[in-house]
Amino acid sequence: MAFRNYILVCGGTACESSRADQIYQNLIKECKDQGVADEVQVIKTGCFGFCEQGPIVKVLPEDSFYVKVSPKDAHEIIAEHIIKGREVTRLLYDKSESRKHAKVEDIQFYQKQFRIVLRNCGFIDPENIDEYIAREGYEALEKALFEMTGDDIIEELKTAGLRGRGGAGFPTWMKWNFTKQAENDVKYVVCNADEGDPGAYMDRSTLEGDPHSVLEAMTICGKAIGAQKGYIYIRAEYPLAINRLEIAMAQAREYGLLGKNILGSGFDFDIEIRLGAGAFVCGEETALLQSIEGHRGMPQPRPPFPAVKGLWGKPTVINNVETWANIPVIISKGGNWFSKIGTADSKGTKVFALTGKIRNSGLVEVPMGTTLREIVFDIGGGIANGRKFKAVQTGGPSGGVITDADLDTPIDFGSLVRIGSMMGSGGMIVMDEDDCIVDVAKFYLNFTVDESCGKCAPCRIGGRSLCNILEKITLGNGVPEDLEAMATIGKAMRVGSLCALGQTAPNPILSSMKFFGEEYRAHIEDKSCPSGTCKNLVTYSILADKCIGCTACARKCPVGAITGEKKQLHIIDQNTCIKCGVCLETCKFGAVVVQ
Amino acid sequence: MSESNENKFSPELLSFINEWKDKPGNLIMVLHKVQEEQDYISREAADQVAALLDVPLATIWGVVSFYHFFKLTKPGKHNIQICMGTACYLKGAQPLIDELAKQLAIEVNEVTDDGLFSLEAVRCVGCCGLAPVLTVGGEVFGKVTKDQIAGIIAKYK
Repeated sequence: MAFRNYILVCGGTACESSRADQIYQNLIKECKDQGVADEVQVIKTGCFGFCEQGPIVKVLPEDSFYVKVSPKDAHEIIAEHIIKGREVTRLLYDKSESRKHAKVEDIQFYQKQFRIVLRNCGFIDPENIDEYIAREGYEALEKALFEMTGDDIIEELKTAGLRGRGGAGFPTWMKWNFTKQAENDVKYVVCNADEGDPGAYMDRSTLEGDPHSVLEAMTICGKAIGAQKGYIYIRAEYPLAINRLEIAMAQAREYGLLGKNILGSGFDFDIEIRLGAGAFVCGEETALLQSIEGHRGMPQPRPPFPAVKGLWGKPTVINNVETWANIPVIISKGGNWFSKIGTADSKGTKVFALTGKIRNSGLVEVPMGTTLREIVFDIGGGIANGRKFKAVQTGGPSGGVITDADLDTPIDFGSLVRIGSMMGSGGMIVMDEDDCIVDVAKFYLNFTVDESCGKCAPCRIGGRSLCNILEKITLGNGVPEDLEAMATIGKAMRVGSLCALGQTAPNPILSSMKFFGEEYRAHIEDKSCPSGTCKNLVTYSILADKCIGCTACARKCPVGAITGEKKQLHIIDQNTCIKCGVCLETCKFGAVVVQ
Repeated sequence: MSESNENKFSPELLSFINEWKDKPGNLIMVLHKVQEEQDYISREAADQVAALLDVPLATIWGVVSFYHFFKLTKPGKHNIQICMGTACYLKGAQPLIDELAKQLAIEVNEVTDDGLFSLEAVRCVGCCGLAPVLTVGGEVFGKVTKDQIAGIIAKYK
């Protein structure tokens, strides 16, 4: 049955936490109460990507894009928009008159995006397999089962030039081919959904918004390499994604798209979910396999690679969620189509989680070769609160900082390495002038030290040593030799660590020392933190020409460090001050400054 | 209630363990289920799992202590988790932790005397657009500021 209007409510984790479910319930109730339940269908979709503006509600066919919607707005959306045909202007993202003919794609946030991986996120109800099928879902599987051999499928991926989206960018067809060629009766297909990079959430959004695309892709892989069993290893911290995967798997089994004799082809394939338990190192493929087997997630030396000896010693293909989500499209539209998108080095698109000090936080998918400047300034809208751009960190704790000088680099796997960072899983953290680069490096190092499994000494001891030196520098006890010591330790970790966690852990330090050497030297030689972040290196003082003697700061100071009579200049006793910053927050006249 | 009674497995949990007993790689899935029911993995619970799955206690303890998700002590009735992902960190998660610690008079990974609240710094919860984020039970609070902390605590008292 066709409906007059469709109301799409974002059901991603970020919007759900802003009461999107209540909005959804209220809209359904209002449709009933106002007598339009037969004409309007309310659908809860996956993430729209524009998380900054959430919760988001989109009404079709008008393409009205309502942002920051609250549950009480449901009444007005139905009464005004649905019944009277008047858009609720105050909720529109773009309130200008000219938008009347504009489409959602014309919103600047979406303009430069190109969606393959996120093609269904925000369009379909992820809990309804029919909607996935209506958007050509499972057509690729049908084609793979009935029209293609395993070699055909692998050849198609080769033509496409798809590289793994988990971080390293290894050609996907090669992984599959090695596994196909390995002789063994039992083989496995594994989906790496252990998205641990702090500040990256594209895998979760994909699973929440379009779980069938991953199931379909894994089944295609099973056919290609001759495997009958797949595992999805997913973080236990992602309950909504787990739930939607379970629903999707049950529906796929019911439709004969998963399980025994798929679509009557005689091919059997089934998938099981295994939960992670909060260990970043399990994103490393050999550690992940250890964890599926129920052990401590410690990486193993490679070779042998999982393609030869993987899960329970059997040949295994491991790909990450984003890689999987590309595959049905490649099989349907062909490798040639896919290979026309992107750069010579990297084909297709990449999803980035754009976060930090950016105006439009959210999930963006762009063709490889888009520049960082386009992502940060055109899509992301630049830096929030009128502050100045400082750097963007890609590759999370394994990556490096990119400064203004390199913002015009077209992004692909190779170019990011050349400018001293890496693609990683797609976290893109934007920093402004208020962020201290030494403090951020310390944050990442603390993370990797905490997540180091402890198996090999370079990572375990090297990481700790780097952390100690950074701590010393931020406390104001750094000496000039520290910079050289960090470079030496970092290089040793790169060469000597067993897995990528240890090999890349020093990257945030090495890259920030290269681009922001001045800032490190300011901490060490001048004992000052230019951004005012490192408490031990800053002094709070009161400007004589701005202080009106209101006594507010003196009353709030927890240690009584501020003295001064009413209507007289106040003074901070530097020996007593604990640098808590309360005076700065309290002063309404901008008289308190931090240096 | 005695300790042993408190850590007794429910019939559902026992049947789950029975169902998974012969599956390879079952240990982490079983431990998840135990923690789901009991909020943490007590020594008594680990002993029981060892007996039921017939694996050495040392193996179980090795796994439980390796993974951050498994808790070795009982959390408060309301576990407050502050996201320490990069986006939240940059947008001021640390001052939120300091404020919570001050108001609850506990440090991170501690429980209040009345057992009502515990405080935990967690890895990225994936709501970076809402940074800084904290969660209480399952409820997510986004774009949290220091002056909202008292209200959030009061809501659960």
